[in-house]
Amino acid sequence: MVQRNRTMANLDWISILLWLVIMVFGWMNIYSANIMEADGSMFDLSQRFGKQLIWIGASLVLAMLLLALDAKFYIYFSYFLYVILLGVLLGVLIFGREINGAKSWFVIGGFQLQPSEFAKPITALALANLLSSHNYNLKRFWHLVKAGAIIMVPPMLIILQPDLGSVLVYSAFILVLFREGFSASIMMMLAALALLFFTTLLLDKALILLLLVVASLIIYMVASRSFKKGVGNAVWIAGIFGLFYGINYLLQTEFSLFMLGLASLLPVSMVVVVKGFRLREYVRMKILAGLIISIVFIISVDFAMNNVLKPHQQHRIYVTLGLEDDPQGVGYNVNQSKIAIGSGGFSGKGYLNGTQTKLHFVPEQSTDFIFCTVGEEWGFLGTTFVILLYAGLFLRLIKLAERQRSSFSRIFGYGFISILLIHFIVNIGMTIGLLPVIGIPLPFFSYGGSSLWAFTMFLFIFLRLDASRLELLR
Amino acid sequence: MNHFTDRRYVFAAAIILVALVFIIRLFQIQVVDKSYKQYALSNAQSARVIYPARGLIYDRTGKIMVYNKAAYDIMVTPRLLEPFDTTEMCQILDITREDAKERLRAARSYSMRVPSVFMKQVSYENAALLQEKLFQFQGFYVQTRTLREYTTPVASHALGYVGEVDQSILDNEPYYQLGDYIGVSGIEKAYEPYLRGQKGKNVFLKDVHNQTIESYQEGRLDVQVVVGTNLTTTLDMELQEYGEKLMSPYVGSIVALEPATGEVLAMVSAPSYTPDLLVGRSLSRAFGDLAADTLNPLFNRALMAQYPPGSTFKTIMALIGLQEKVISINTSHNCYYGFYVGNIHTACHLHDTPLKLIEAIQNSCNTYFINVLKSTLQDVKFPNTASTYDNWRGHLLSMGFTKPLGIELTNELDGNIPEASYFNRIYGENHWNYVTIRSLAIGQGELLITPIQMANMTATIANHGYYITPHLVKDIEGEDQIDERYQERNYTTIDTANYGPIVEGMDLVVNGGKGSTARNARIADIRVCGKTGTAENPHGNDHSIFIAFAPKENPKIAIAVYVENQGFGTTYAAPIASLMIEKYLTREIKRTWYENWVLQLTQPVVPERKRDTTQISTMDDGTEE
Repeated sequence: MVQRNRTMANLDWISILLWLVIMVFGWMNIYSANIMEADGSMFDLSQRFGKQLIWIGASLVLAMLLLALDAKFYIYFSYFLYVILLGVLLGVLIFGREINGAKSWFVIGGFQLQPSEFAKPITALALANLLSSHNYNLKRFWHLVKAGAIIMVPPMLIILQPDLGSVLVYSAFILVLFREGFSASIMMMLAALALLFFTTLLLDKALILLLLVVASLIIYMVASRSFKKGVGNAVWIAGIFGLFYGINYLLQTEFSLFMLGLASLLPVSMVVVVKGFRLREYVRMKILAGLIISIVFIISVDFAMNNVLKPHQQHRIYVTLGLEDDPQGVGYNVNQSKIAIGSGGFSGKGYLNGTQTKLHFVPEQSTDFIFCTVGEEWGFLGTTFVILLYAGLFLRLIKLAERQRSSFSRIFGYGFISILLIHFIVNIGMTIGLLPVIGIPLPFFSYGGSSLWAFTMFLFIFLRLDASRLELLR
Repeated sequence: MNHFTDRRYVFAAAIILVALVFIIRLFQIQVVDKSYKQYALSNAQSARVIYPARGLIYDRTGKIMVYNKAAYDIMVTPRLLEPFDTTEMCQILDITREDAKERLRAARSYSMRVPSVFMKQVSYENAALLQEKLFQFQGFYVQTRTLREYTTPVASHALGYVGEVDQSILDNEPYYQLGDYIGVSGIEKAYEPYLRGQKGKNVFLKDVHNQTIESYQEGRLDVQVVVGTNLTTTLDMELQEYGEKLMSPYVGSIVALEPATGEVLAMVSAPSYTPDLLVGRSLSRAFGDLAADTLNPLFNRALMAQYPPGSTFKTIMALIGLQEKVISINTSHNCYYGFYVGNIHTACHLHDTPLKLIEAIQNSCNTYFINVLKSTLQDVKFPNTASTYDNWRGHLLSMGFTKPLGIELTNELDGNIPEASYFNRIYGENHWNYVTIRSLAIGQGELLITPIQMANMTATIANHGYYITPHLVKDIEGEDQIDERYQERNYTTIDTANYGPIVEGMDLVVNGGKGSTARNARIADIRVCGKTGTAENPHGNDHSIFIAFAPKENPKIAIAVYVENQGFGTTYAAPIASLMIEKYLTREIKRTWYENWVLQLTQPVVPERKRDTTQISTMDDGTEE
């Protein structure tokens, strides 16, 4: 009893209050999005709002159960839970029910459970256990590989369902590594590669090559603090390129601009390598290595897009990334979503008075696009309120995470923050047309039991750990 | 302890940045940019459906038969309603206040947000008046649709009609929505996918007065409307009209085919109804009246009435006999006023005796064809009567009997020629023979054949051995050709050579001397070949039947005429067939006196009957002329 009372006293009631407000406001909007012609009771279990009510009730029970467990339980059982999770993810591929083309669901007595949702908190537990273990060092290669494996295995199983949205979410765990000291420059490089990936899809290869070469030369000029050297190299490359271009034109051979560009880089590169080794001048060689890695990367991305993927898969990727227009398909959804939100104006049309979401102009109106209902019925005031609620929750969670003595608790807290953050950014970003449409729910807010429970698990495991922050956990 | 605590500020800053970006973006689309509100307003009623004009229907000569007229439905979306001047609305639409209230209540109960029909098919003047004042009536709009219109009120059974979709169609075919029209019968139903076209959709932007101001996003979300495909029917409108005129005093049916192509030139079912009756608002009431009529004008006798063929069937008896080599054209039989075995007697009329095959057809001798049946069923090639009979029946199947021929219309019936097992069941195995079923030899007894099957049989004889499945549409606009099954020749199991004598016999029926049964079908300069029939019927007078084709060489028309309860085939059916042939081949009627006789000089006796009589045959022996 003493133990229990101390837990309750040390609980962070601010987060719990925010959690309740978000959940209740979410339910109100689900109710509005689904109430059509039949003005049934709010407890109507055939309707989504009725079911969500059950799930909210169950999540309260779940929260109390999670608080009742000892904080050490989560540390000791994290790997065990992780192994069970992998088994379940395998199981759903075999015994799962296919809904909307993805085999992601277990159906138990009329209720559907989506194990990939629960994979997120459990992966965070396992990751926290690993990173907080004795002698763990993020700078050691094999230690990093272990962390990578823990993060990557669940999404690799989930991608088979296939559920690309959930997979994307796992990339957020990089933020946890970042907080724990993962090199900022590697983070930058990863970001650069991601940028290069999108550019490859968008622009012509020859143009990207030109941009890369120009960027390398500028870096070289900055690194060597010499404008002259950079220009000298540029003149050499341009001259050789001009020569090749002329030969290609005269002989009527049909080498592409990209090939000619690569060929004209060759002599200068050889000079750089030979001189670099002789003079022990490694700056130029590092820049050249970066250039070569980038070129290999764009060639392989290009090859994968054009030769490995089938045309309809390419199209889906382009559309999902927002690089191709598809007003009747994905583009249509975003369009309608923006219209719904925009039509709300400053103060909204009033609760239950929305037309856009109810007339099914907006797809997935109670799951992925629930934010449209907020925008339409509550206006700018409502949407700002929701964003401030989440921002408040985030800042509170960061504060909680930083006050942990135990690194396990802190790392788990950041796992929660990272996953919550990517859901928040991607979900709201897509409904207001800032990000491509990737179907993931708004945490605590969207319709759906699995997602609600998974995030409740995240929150209350973290709050339980926080309540024991004064004990030495690990 | 931890060297990276400062990185928390990166997180906090990122979160604040994201929240700021989101709020600025939301401020832009929700507060600054007013266009989304307009989009939303237009969205709510923007998906305005455009109904395509239904395909036109032409007759075989290129004359238009069916076209469209515009109709205006007043639609209402209850949620968008604002208080309006009810009195003015009622004045414009010419309805009472109570009526208007009732209509609004019905619309509300259907849906608050989805538009529904407030008033169907208002006049052009009313619709235009309302359109002008639409800004006063928020929530209303005028929906243009098309209704069928007919140049000549003929061929209702072949053309069919168009009606509103019912619940089962709504459930099964997502294309249709409440209030849409669909072909319910006839060509309208059979060619619905062609005739209907594709509904279009326009997405509009509207100002606050509910007036369309521009197309949304330059029409990127619009769906182009596709106008219905035009059809050319095989019908000859003039011939059809003439046939309906000739049949107007009677109950019965005419089917005329072009033997070489299987095209239906005319398809008359009397009594009929005007096709205009089953259009738009009058449909349900008119349909009720027509369905209650005891003469059953909705019943398409040409395809659905199953009659005994009477003596016209003797041509088929002869064909099978020749094919099985149980008779030859020189086979002759004596006949003294009928056929006698023991105490069984089937009467025949007075004619020369003995007769050979061709003369027997000319004279329509009952005795002769009972003897043909006897020879056929006692054929030693087969072990017993039952197998002989089934072989005989097999020939009939090849001529298109006992099954629907497969015309486009779905209500065609199959007719009936019993199998041997049927007689085995009734009389016991090996306890029946040609005497037992002698009625079949003269087209009576259990035989049931529809008028279109009779016309098809006539076309088969005219073609000397094959037919092309009768059909009503000869050209679909934009399609290279019609369905292949309407182009294939179906060969019968009878050799071409065996048709020659039958054609000669049918020639003599019309053009012979003494003993010919249908000399009144003769037309100067056109060699008509025909065969009379009179079918007994337990419910009243005999049915008058005539089949014919003309000209004898290279026939252009094959026709079957069935007049219920009007006695001998010669009396009415033959003159009607003859006039139809004259009309089709010469485009004019020289024998107007004859026409008048058919139309006026008789007192048509149309007894009160129930609808099922046409399907009941008789077990009595037939008495032939």
